[in-house]
Amino acid sequence: MTATDHFAGDAAAGSGDRIDRFEADFADRRRRARLGWLIGSAVFLVIFALTSWIGDFFKITQVTMPDGGREWRWIIPAGLPRLGEYIEQTLPALSWDTLGADLGNWFWRWRIWLELLFETILIAYCATVLGVIGGFLLSFPAARNLAPNEWIRWITRRYLEIARTVPELVWALIFVFCFSVGPLAGVLAIGMHATGALGKLYSEVNENIDMRPLEGVKAAGGTWFDQIRYGAVPQVLPNIISYTLLRFEINVRASSIIGYVGAGGLGQEFRTAMSFQEYTDLSALFIIIFVTVMVIDYGSEKLRHRVIGMETRT
Amino acid sequence: MTGNLTLTDVTRHFGDTTAVDRASLSIAPGQFVGVIGRSGAGKSTLLRLVNRLVDPSSGSISFDGVEVTALRGRALRAWRRDCAMIFQQFNLVDRLDVLTNVLVGRLSEHGFLGSMAMRFSDEERAMAIRALDRLDLVPQALQRAGTLSGGQQQRVAIARALVQNPKIMLADEPIASLDPANATRVMDGLRHINREDGLTVLVNLHTLDTARAYCDRIVAMRAGRVMFDGTAAQLTDDVVRDIYGLEGLAEFDEAVTSTAARATGRVAIPA
Repeated sequence: MTATDHFAGDAAAGSGDRIDRFEADFADRRRRARLGWLIGSAVFLVIFALTSWIGDFFKITQVTMPDGGREWRWIIPAGLPRLGEYIEQTLPALSWDTLGADLGNWFWRWRIWLELLFETILIAYCATVLGVIGGFLLSFPAARNLAPNEWIRWITRRYLEIARTVPELVWALIFVFCFSVGPLAGVLAIGMHATGALGKLYSEVNENIDMRPLEGVKAAGGTWFDQIRYGAVPQVLPNIISYTLLRFEINVRASSIIGYVGAGGLGQEFRTAMSFQEYTDLSALFIIIFVTVMVIDYGSEKLRHRVIGMETRT
Repeated sequence: MTGNLTLTDVTRHFGDTTAVDRASLSIAPGQFVGVIGRSGAGKSTLLRLVNRLVDPSSGSISFDGVEVTALRGRALRAWRRDCAMIFQQFNLVDRLDVLTNVLVGRLSEHGFLGSMAMRFSDEERAMAIRALDRLDLVPQALQRAGTLSGGQQQRVAIARALVQNPKIMLADEPIASLDPANATRVMDGLRHINREDGLTVLVNLHTLDTARAYCDRIVAMRAGRVMFDGTAAQLTDDVVRDIYGLEGLAEFDEAVTSTAARATGRVAIPA
């Protein structure tokens, strides 16, 4: 006797009806899911086509052919070879016999660059400290579950939004105008942006904490600050350390470009190199920044995993 | 005698529901009062109203002639210190050590900077250790609170309450998350505090036999109202049926609600 027979034998006549109804419901739901998926894909495709069209993705342009004639071509395959040209221009001529001298030539400003690299990292560090202090303090009034009242939450949230919506380069332009050219403007610019970004991340961590310890502190007669210090901070600390290290990596990248508008660090060399058309300097600078960011990424990742590992062990 | 806790027509609404409905009680100092009733009867809200974790919609709560519902700021925090509270889920800070968790009970007397720096005086530390010693927890003092068992955590919470030097001890379902042996230790701890320190204890319970065993006086709530107020002996089967809404049930076995090890004997405990 098969299983179906067994069930049929047991159940009353109603069972067949119920299963039929389930099958109908199931088919109906599947039909609706398929329809939703179809409409979603169609909308996505239309928007994608529209945006890429507006973004000149499908532009047809006139190109000069090798034989001197002009022809209409799609812009992408027409322009791609120029990327190679550009990269080729930035690469120095290195030959095996004179490698030492060639490298010396390539990194001819290495003393200045090393100094500026040091400045870049200091800017990132200082800005991270500012961002952590600002973001940490503001993340508590900005959290839905911790804000003492709606007004304070609204104001801190708007402040954090403004601080992170304005890009570092724009803050840098403003601060260069205020405090003149130099690393101070860079520190303030990156610190400002980091405050906004970290404040948002931290406040999201705060919103996911267990509120019971805070209630315990409150019930013992603690102030709002006591509740935060004893109830919330110990819970969020590991996440805060992790986000802070991540932010430091981002800030190193930001501070290496911020000098472009005069806010200190290696970025100013990009500008110099471009204006003097010293294209090989660009590749040298790129290598310096790439290696630095890689080393810092690697180091902070190790540190972060250690912090997380400590957390799971205890 | 001073130190009377008096609730007069206390009401609290949450949206459309009335959690506590015109509750009136007068509790003399040193009493051990149990509050019983089914889930959602308003027991928890009643306790939170006393400690002002919840504000009443109307009515008055007074202690020693002082109107508790009117307290603000520093005075309110001093009141919370005076009526210590322990919770079903212990509400400790898992990632801080046991000693610091107990010292949280001293925060109401700290200034801003001292409290932010987690600085406590030697006397306060000695006080915390004495409280932990009463509850047999000194060896665990430097362990993280989160690593302790439920019963130990609840005793840490009692120690935290003790260092507040309270006049009243409120306990919201203190043993609902504990196994029978730990539940007994926690209830015994509360009884000691009640007998030795003369503290008023107001405890929410959902097990009738615990209420009968420990409480001088039992208050029963149903749908936010105080339905019964008397001694354990006065709490007859008819009253119990009324409180728990068991009119439909032909037979009601009190032991079914019990968490105590001795209670049923029907549950086979594997060796």
